Amino acid sequence: MARLDVKIGELSLKNPVMTASGTFGYGLEFADFMPLDGIGGIIVKGTTLKPREGNDYPRMAETASGMLNCVGLQNKGVDYFCEHIYPQIKDIDTNMIVNVSGSSPEDYAECAARIDALENIPAIELNISCPNVKDGGMAFGVTCAGASSVVKAVRERYHKTLIVKLSPNVTDITEIARAVEAEGADSVSLINTLMGMAIDIEKRKTMLSINTGGLSGPAVKPVALRMVWQVAKAVKIPVIGLGGISNAKDAIEFLMAGATAIEIGTANFLDPTISIKVRDGIDRWLDSHGCQSVEEIIGVIS
Amino acid sequence: MKKYILDLRVKSLEWLHERYVLIKLTDDKPLPEMLPGQFVEVQVVDSPVTFLRRPISINFVDYEQNELWLLVATVGEGTRHLARLHAGDTLNCVLPLGNGFSPVNESEKVLLVGGGVGVAPLLYMGAEMKRRHVEPTFLLGARSSKDLLMLDIFKRYGRVYVTTEDGSEGEKGFVTNHSLLQQEHFDRISTCGPTPMMKAVARFARQNGVNCEVSLENLMACGLGACLCCVEKTVDGNLCVCKDGPVFNIQKLLWQD
Repeated sequence: MARLDVKIGELSLKNPVMTASGTFGYGLEFADFMPLDGIGGIIVKGTTLKPREGNDYPRMAETASGMLNCVGLQNKGVDYFCEHIYPQIKDIDTNMIVNVSGSSPEDYAECAARIDALENIPAIELNISCPNVKDGGMAFGVTCAGASSVVKAVRERYHKTLIVKLSPNVTDITEIARAVEAEGADSVSLINTLMGMAIDIEKRKTMLSINTGGLSGPAVKPVALRMVWQVAKAVKIPVIGLGGISNAKDAIEFLMAGATAIEIGTANFLDPTISIKVRDGIDRWLDSHGCQSVEEIIGVIS
Repeated sequence: MKKYILDLRVKSLEWLHERYVLIKLTDDKPLPEMLPGQFVEVQVVDSPVTFLRRPISINFVDYEQNELWLLVATVGEGTRHLARLHAGDTLNCVLPLGNGFSPVNESEKVLLVGGGVGVAPLLYMGAEMKRRHVEPTFLLGARSSKDLLMLDIFKRYGRVYVTTEDGSEGEKGFVTNHSLLQQEHFDRISTCGPTPMMKAVARFARQNGVNCEVSLENLMACGLGACLCCVEKTVDGNLCVCKDGPVFNIQKLLWQD
């Protein structure tokens, strides 16, 4: 049994496997299928200061080896989260991390400050990369100045582990990563979805209500892996890798490319127990290759 | 209700018609409890084109034979792939999902209205009603007589009335034109079928003060209420068809017209 524990800043993970925001609900939806405390962390649904209804239906289109979505951050707001959802998840014995989004730096900061007060939420993941909302989201994540402004505002009011989720829809993702590192981010996670589109040729209409959406699933994995490798070399803070990870081999690729931990997203829809299987698969691989610890393989690709 | 991921075994696969296939599944262990109106997310393996699971409504559960029946219309690549399964193959299923039809009380007179492959969940609903000594009435519509599915089995559980659009069986026209609706009063209508049909049924129910629930089938990904893709606008905001539905009382929906 190799050691699987890793650290993201101050945050200790019992193993490097987490579930990605928006693909695992609040964890509770998957409790019938797997032990939630068996993975290193659960990043819950994107939360905003005020409730959001999200975009109109249809919000999803299946694509080759992936899917597009344009959910648009539907959530009941941070106060509802603190009052009604936090009590249900606070005793799950793993890192329960909240994904935070907003439409201005002040929004992000206020939302983060309220979550800072919750004892059993040890970290937030700042979403500056949602491609499906007009006001905010990716608007901040595609320029260094925008990304810096949000991270700076949040850092002043949030004192625990701050992860910033980066958009792949940029010219050079390493610049954004360096910008958020400079403002005090403890970690970056990447990639959020790639902007895409699909058309119903019989109806002569786009498949999604807002025309475009974010592509996820195995289709994006090579792109995600390349970006993780580039960012891991560009920053000193730990990198969390995600994008199409569907099995232990995929996860090990991300670790080797320089990710200290990984997130599983769309694959949760295909197999609700996949995160446990990926954990076990990493464990078996390390054992069969004579590794004492997962840290031995992190960033071996120079 | 506890949800399971099960590798069920295909016991038989029967073509009811060139577009519809009835898949009977079984397991070595007793099947878990499932409610009428709930559904299953089935895995489509080895299909180069599809990616996500496919939501299929529960057509019938035969606890004595330990069988789960899925009635599948072959409408796309995923369902066509399912229709190529053989006896002895395994089918990975996440089940049971969704809320199901609301329970019937003994004094209620209930009409179950189905259209096309939407008749599927009404069979199990009708059978469960009969088991509780409440006789259902079925009103089933289709394009033509060959599209009417499983009529003989429906007749085991209650009276069956039929409409076809071409008049090849039963009354000609849509379900909402059937004379039964003028002749008898029902306390409740539960319906599943094409959206235009369900909207017409809902309109009839509203105009006649009949309690009515509809089973929706919005495009979904996770089936568990996690991804929020399959939402329907309701008086309570956007709700997930997969978790808060698929069955909704029409009073909850914004279908007023």
